[in-house]
Amino acid sequence: MSGQSTYVPKNALAKWFEARLPIGGLMHSSFIAYPTPRNLNYMWTFGGILSFMLGAQILTGIVLAMHYTPESSLAFNSVEHIMRDVNGGWLLRYLHLNGASLFFAAAYIHTARGLYYGSYKSPREVLWLLGIIILLLMMATAFMGYVLPWGQMSFWGATVITNLFSAIPIVGDTIVTYLWGGYAVGNPTLNRFYSLHYLLPFVIAGVVALHVWALHVAGQNNPTGIDVKSSKDTVPFTPYATVKDALGLVVFLLVYCWFVFYEPNILGDADNYIQANPLKTPPHIVPEWYFLPFYAILRSMPDIFFIPAKLAGVMAMFGAILMLALVPWLDTSRVRSARFRPLYRPFFWVLILVCIGLGYIGAKEVTPGRIVVGQILTAYYYVHFLVILPLLGLIETPNDMPNSISESVLGGNATAVPAGAHAAPERKG
Amino acid sequence: MTFFLGCAGTETGTMKRVRLLLAAAMAFCCATGFAARAQEEGPAFVPKIPDRQSWSFAGPFGVYDTAQLQRGYKIYREVCANCHSMEDMHFRNLADPGGPEFTEGQVKALAAEFKVTDGPDDNGKMFKRPGRPADPFPRPFPNEQTAKLANGGAVPPDMSVLAKARSYEPYDWFPADIGYALWSMLTQYQTQGPDYISALLQGFKKPPPGFKIEPGQNYNEVFAAGNGIIAMPPPLQDGVVQYPKGPDGKPVVPETVEQYSKDVAAFLMWVAEPKLDYRKQLGLEVMIYLLAAAGLMYFVKKKVWAKVHA
Amino acid sequence: MATGAVTAQGAGTQESVDQGKRDFLYIATAAFGAVGAVAAIAPFINQLAPDEETIAAGAPIEVDLAPIAEGQIMHVVWRSKPIFVRHLTQKEVEESKSADWHEMIDPAPEQARVKDGHDQWLVVIGICTHLGCIPLDKEGPYGGWKCPCHGSLYDPLGRVRHGPAPANLAVPPYAFLSDTKIRVG
Repeated sequence: MSGQSTYVPKNALAKWFEARLPIGGLMHSSFIAYPTPRNLNYMWTFGGILSFMLGAQILTGIVLAMHYTPESSLAFNSVEHIMRDVNGGWLLRYLHLNGASLFFAAAYIHTARGLYYGSYKSPREVLWLLGIIILLLMMATAFMGYVLPWGQMSFWGATVITNLFSAIPIVGDTIVTYLWGGYAVGNPTLNRFYSLHYLLPFVIAGVVALHVWALHVAGQNNPTGIDVKSSKDTVPFTPYATVKDALGLVVFLLVYCWFVFYEPNILGDADNYIQANPLKTPPHIVPEWYFLPFYAILRSMPDIFFIPAKLAGVMAMFGAILMLALVPWLDTSRVRSARFRPLYRPFFWVLILVCIGLGYIGAKEVTPGRIVVGQILTAYYYVHFLVILPLLGLIETPNDMPNSISESVLGGNATAVPAGAHAAPERKG
Repeated sequence: MTFFLGCAGTETGTMKRVRLLLAAAMAFCCATGFAARAQEEGPAFVPKIPDRQSWSFAGPFGVYDTAQLQRGYKIYREVCANCHSMEDMHFRNLADPGGPEFTEGQVKALAAEFKVTDGPDDNGKMFKRPGRPADPFPRPFPNEQTAKLANGGAVPPDMSVLAKARSYEPYDWFPADIGYALWSMLTQYQTQGPDYISALLQGFKKPPPGFKIEPGQNYNEVFAAGNGIIAMPPPLQDGVVQYPKGPDGKPVVPETVEQYSKDVAAFLMWVAEPKLDYRKQLGLEVMIYLLAAAGLMYFVKKKVWAKVHA
Repeated sequence: MATGAVTAQGAGTQESVDQGKRDFLYIATAAFGAVGAVAAIAPFINQLAPDEETIAAGAPIEVDLAPIAEGQIMHVVWRSKPIFVRHLTQKEVEESKSADWHEMIDPAPEQARVKDGHDQWLVVIGICTHLGCIPLDKEGPYGGWKCPCHGSLYDPLGRVRHGPAPANLAVPPYAFLSDTKIRVG
């Protein structure tokens, strides 16, 4: 999608087809000749890994749907039927179950990489926003998928999360009733969640296509954050990026299979192997690990002036994702990569630790002490995006940057550097 | 707390200091969640953390012990099945590879021991018949209400996935809880369920002095969900289940509550995770394949990129 | 962005790498990956086969013949298929024996349709061999079955006498446990 294609159809039939639908040229320019920066590190293989995981989740999901029954009195046992009787059903279910976790792990690494190397900055804001939309869709999909086994956590997770919407003034209760299709979470809820859980992955796939399109328009960022300046800075996607992505994928699969084959339930909650009981809430409700930081933010909020704690929690939780969406405009630094930002770098790692800390708080039972810690971490999360990020760009002095990607890879003698070129336009006082 | 308030009138200087110290410690505990239940009436129940057992099916290469599963089935059949259903299990599963591996003939005989409701027949009536291998294990009670009525208001939980549905948190303080979680993940510690079940079955002890128990309730030092109070009476006593005898006429394993608990916990783990043996075997093959693939890809990547890193 | 042909820079110096050895590595890796991909597809295909519950539910069934009066047909279900158990009248048995079976669409003598010594009992799978519909009892000129979908006609022994069905109603595996009891499957 970058410039004209150099694709030349090899035979008459291909030529005939290409003249009518130039898909060969599109594939060729997008995945073969597409120039990728030569200095990409393994953090850049997660895009390919995520595409693979989306495909794997859709594939295992479609197959599981052939054996699953979305009816509240049968759902739990139909999952056990898959685990016990369907040929290889246990494998497909464990792949799907752990696939969700690994999908999120990869998505978070991918997002963190973007934050670290400033991949959200101009001209990649739309690319970044599409990524945030994908993340939101993934969350919705994962949440609804978790309801389907109809265990205790499924049921009470669904109850708690749908009740979030009751925080919305005036229309909240109506929205919740409409989400449920009843007066509480029940069979109608399960049915519609099943329907949407099947639909949303294909919506994700569509947004992923846009995400890749936007990527191929702007070109990839790279660890230096410096724009590609000449063909010396790039290598063709195939074979260079392809083999690197493949290696990254295989290593990722090793981790994935470790969970699937050796500890398939360790990331889940034991309570979800108890069939849903609408009259008995488990003593300790927790979402899956990938929602824990958001859950902690939700629980941390006190009453704020006229906003009741419940609404404040919901706003803070969705606001946490909104912060990510606004990053391209909150970050005032013109230097992309944290590699050349001595002040941003430590703050980045503090943010990662804060997110992990929020995850920890989200996993634990509420105590007064933990609420305070959660509030501090939540406050810091917002301060990072709303205060630190805008300020850093104004006060930070970036380190010296190489003139080009090829110079950073091959050393100073690779390209003739004209005198005075070090006065890089990205530099700020 | 009432104790300290009670003697407040006559306290000496030393007592005052001790009291302050204790109060401070207590406040700290409350704040950090150590003593979440300390404010409740009576002595607080602190559940015993189950001991970690060594199971044949633990670890990356662990598989079920067929003889143990057969013994465990005997306990389920003679003790548990009187109250607990196991509705996701079918008699035919008893012959599955990686399970108790009874023969087809044995399974037919074991199934026929159970009476299964079938029907309606040509007269529109439900009728009882001996179980067949294709049948699921019948429920001991026709419905939840009957089960509740017969068991003092508590429904005996279904045992199909019980061993995967039970867990416990041995540490509730930072960073031991995180360390424990990560260590479990790294060492593939996945036998919390059977550890818990076997500990629970051995956890029927004399309640500590002052612990209030209503008639029909029982004290169990492991049962955190009920704060030490469980509706189930101690189900096992030494010698209640006859084990297979060796050539010398003595049982090959001791007929004790401890051994029973372990055997039935192992059996329930198999019931909850019947494909475990095959899963690990396939996992080994997949891991070997992926490691080899990673090696090959590493060299391919190196070769391809050699041109660039000139 | 860079446009047009993009080539790896600095590639020239390494072109001396033994081409054959490199090709072998690439081919070996591709082949290895292909084997893995095929193996990974297997569970997605296998899950389509009948699951263990379905197979277990397909176990043999026993049918009591006592309630079936002469001339009656009983329908039972085995492996989700209708099984017709027909108590033939003496007249039907004799007519079946005398009919010229050599000219039939799917030639079969009377002995091939029933068990030795149990002339009066016919057990067939009640599915038309044309496209799977269930034929109607005792309809059509032959007094056997008539398929409502495309009009195939069967005689009392389930032999097809008029198309479009290409074959006789199939006989499932069954055995007489006693004179009044059979086991199908």
